[in-house]
Amino acid sequence: MKRLFPILSVLTAILLAYALYQALVVAPTDALQGDVYRIIYYHVPSAWTAFLLFFINFVASIQYLVNANSSARRAAKWIVIGIGVLGVVAAYLPPVQQQLTSAGMRPSAMATTVVLIPIFYFLIGKWFPGQRLDVLAVTTAEVGVVFCTIVLVTGPIWARPVWGIWWAPGDIRLTSTLVLWLIYVSYLVLRRFSSSAQTQMLAAALAVFGALDVPLVYFSIWFFRTQHPQPVIGGGGSMDPRMLHVLLISWLAFLCFAFLVCWARFRLELLHREVEEAHAMASLAGSSAKASLPINRSPR
Amino acid sequence: MNAIKYLFAAYIATWVIHAAYLGSLVRRFSELRRQMKELGKGK
Repeated sequence: MKRLFPILSVLTAILLAYALYQALVVAPTDALQGDVYRIIYYHVPSAWTAFLLFFINFVASIQYLVNANSSARRAAKWIVIGIGVLGVVAAYLPPVQQQLTSAGMRPSAMATTVVLIPIFYFLIGKWFPGQRLDVLAVTTAEVGVVFCTIVLVTGPIWARPVWGIWWAPGDIRLTSTLVLWLIYVSYLVLRRFSSSAQTQMLAAALAVFGALDVPLVYFSIWFFRTQHPQPVIGGGGSMDPRMLHVLLISWLAFLCFAFLVCWARFRLELLHREVEEAHAMASLAGSSAKASLPINRSPR
Repeated sequence: MNAIKYLFAAYIATWVIHAAYLGSLVRRFSELRRQMKELGKGK
C-alpha cells in the first residue's frame, strides 16, 4: 500500500499533464467563444467530481445514521433496492422514455445511473464499516468543497468574457451551486468546532439535507430558464465529439486526482483520531496517577 | 485575443486552490506526526 500511493501519484500526474495538453492544444477552438471556452475542461470535470464526492458523502452519512438502529438499517437496505428496481423499470415506461428522449437522454443512461445508487450503497457499507463511514463522510465533504470552490471560481472567470458579467444574480444554477458550497462549508465548520458527543450524528443529518441540493443544482438548467448553458451530456446540449473526448479525458484525470487526495485525507483523519485517542489515554493515565498520590492536607 | 487571459486565469486559479489544499494536508500531517512522537516520548 505504501508503494502504491507514489506509483498512482506519478500516473495521475502524467494523466493530468496529458489532459492539459489535450485541452490546450488538441481540442478544436470553439467557433463562437474562441479559446476561452477551454475553461470547460476544468470547470465541468470539477463540478462532476464535486457532485460525485457529495453523493458518496450522502450515502456514507445515511449509512452512518441507519447503522445506529438495526430495523432502520434493514429498512434502508430494502428502500435502496426498491429505488434501483423502480428506477430501471421507470426508465423504460413509454411516457418516461418519451420525456427522456425529448430531453436528449437515453433511457439506458437513466437506468444505469439509478442502478449505481444501490451498488454504491452496498459497496460503501462493505468497504467502510463502523466509524470508517464517518471518516469517509468527512473526507468526501472536504475534498468535494475544494472541487466545488474551483467550480465557483472558474465559472465567473469564464462568464466575464462570454456573458459580459462575473455573476448573474438570481440565476438558479449559480445560486443553488453557491448554496451547496455553503451547506458543505457549514458541515465542515460544525465538525471542526463542535465538541458534542452528537457531532457526528448532527453532521450526518446535515449532509443528508445538503445532498438534496445536488439534484436541484444539476436539473435546474433543465427546468428553469437560466443564463447557464444546457448540460453537454444528456441534456439537450450538443458538443463536438472531439471536444467531448477531451472533456472525458479531463474528467478521468480529475477523478484519479480526487481519489488520491481522498486517500490522503482519509489517512489524515484516521491519524487525527488516533492522536486524539492517545491524548485521551495519556490524560486519563495522568489523572489516575494523580488520584493515587497521597493528598497533602494542610492543618486547620 | 484578450479573452485568453481569462483562460489562463481559470487554469492557474484551479491549481492554486489544489496546491493550497495539498499544502494544508501536508501541514496537518506533519503536525499530527509531531504530536504522535511527543506522546510516544511521554510514555
